Amino acid sequence: MASEEPRFVSRGFIGKPHGPGADRLPPGQYLERGFPVLTAGPTPHVEPSEWSFRIDGMVDEELEWSWDEFGQLPAEDVPCGIHCVTKWSKLDTTFRGVSVDLLLEAARPQGAFSMAHSFGGYTTNLPLAELTGGRAWVVTEHEGAPLPREHGGPARLLVPHLYFWKSAKWVRGLRITDHDEPGFWEANGYNNHGDPWKEERYWTD
Amino acid sequence: MDGLTAVSQRAPGRWQIAEVERIRVETPRTKTFRLRPPMWIPHLPGQHYDVRLTAPDGYRAERSYSIASSPLDEGVVELTVDRLDGGEVSTYFHDVLVEGDQVEVRGPFASYFVWRGEEPVLLVGGGSGVVPLMCMLRHRRRTAPDLPMRLLYSARTRREVIYADELGDDAIVALTRELEGVPIEGLPRVQLGRIFPGLLAAEGFDSGLAFVCGSDGFVESISQMLLATGYSPDRIRTERFGPTG
Repeated sequence: MASEEPRFVSRGFIGKPHGPGADRLPPGQYLERGFPVLTAGPTPHVEPSEWSFRIDGMVDEELEWSWDEFGQLPAEDVPCGIHCVTKWSKLDTTFRGVSVDLLLEAARPQGAFSMAHSFGGYTTNLPLAELTGGRAWVVTEHEGAPLPREHGGPARLLVPHLYFWKSAKWVRGLRITDHDEPGFWEANGYNNHGDPWKEERYWTD
Repeated sequence: MDGLTAVSQRAPGRWQIAEVERIRVETPRTKTFRLRPPMWIPHLPGQHYDVRLTAPDGYRAERSYSIASSPLDEGVVELTVDRLDGGEVSTYFHDVLVEGDQVEVRGPFASYFVWRGEEPVLLVGGGSGVVPLMCMLRHRRRTAPDLPMRLLYSARTRREVIYADELGDDAIVALTRELEGVPIEGLPRVQLGRIFPGLLAAEGFDSGLAFVCGSDGFVESISQMLLATGYSPDRIRTERFGPTG
């Protein structure tokens, strides 16, 4: 967000000690030790046996992995920080999952955009450029344990360089398209791109 | 502060310097701040504003707070803020801000957890989760008093009930930590104990939306009860108040 000048100073505000990690926080974010939950509706209950991950739309080959098949794919640890648009950030946390590069490679996309779909109906849009280059994963573990249901278990998308609503919980697939369309929050006032370092929170940011 | 904030038609996205016009103590832990931003646009009940505090060294803290006032109150927004011990922004609001001060805000934002006149409507709030629901209730009273809307509001004790003097026959307060035998005055409909499935079944509707707001545990518990009473997931809109300080 562009800095405006002269800067307004809040009378009598000093703020908490800007401790270690403060310089690793995007603008307007504060450090959270826990892992708050944000969901637009009730938490879906998805058993691994009914979970699958599908890539379809404008692809050379539509693909679908069952839970067991997905578990056979090479997984990696993803140490990262995550940034929620509601202002909290969590640093130095580790997920484990499969790189989206690997999933897309097999499907050979023909479009440059995607919509992530979740159990429960949630959607979020992501250009493939944001999902590739080792910057996005489909994760099934957090801190060495199965991903808890309230945090998207059995599997969620993880795109840590964008605000966390882009990391769709209970993800079930990616639909590849040749045009960009807003997903759920993007249609409800939130920014289409969502870069926390540029503070792209809302439509007009 | 003339010229400090250049406000355009894109005002909702811009930071503005609002005047703190009035501060009302609601409960020992909550206060309502009536703010007057230079460029005000009407909000939808359920929307929020962002506030930003800036220290002399440039350090900034931001939070989001739900709007409590009806958009019929032109030119102002009221934000009800829960004071969290150890919090950074809520303690500033409670302990430092006085009437006549200025505070940086932008809004209104978000368009999912909003009431656009649908009916009937069930509102279920826990603690300060009642704030955006009160905005809906107030707006309905002033625009469509006969529209079926009911509030179930869970608070710990009588002293912690926000907006107590405004709760009428359309609101039931559930007090979870109040002692039995203590006379509860000033609340038309009150029960001791948590909101339970039978209450939701009795007060809920066969159609329409339910707005549920509160802590994550509260929202999850109420959502599961609503599902069990026959509300489908697409009729339940939730807003989970995280730990904001």
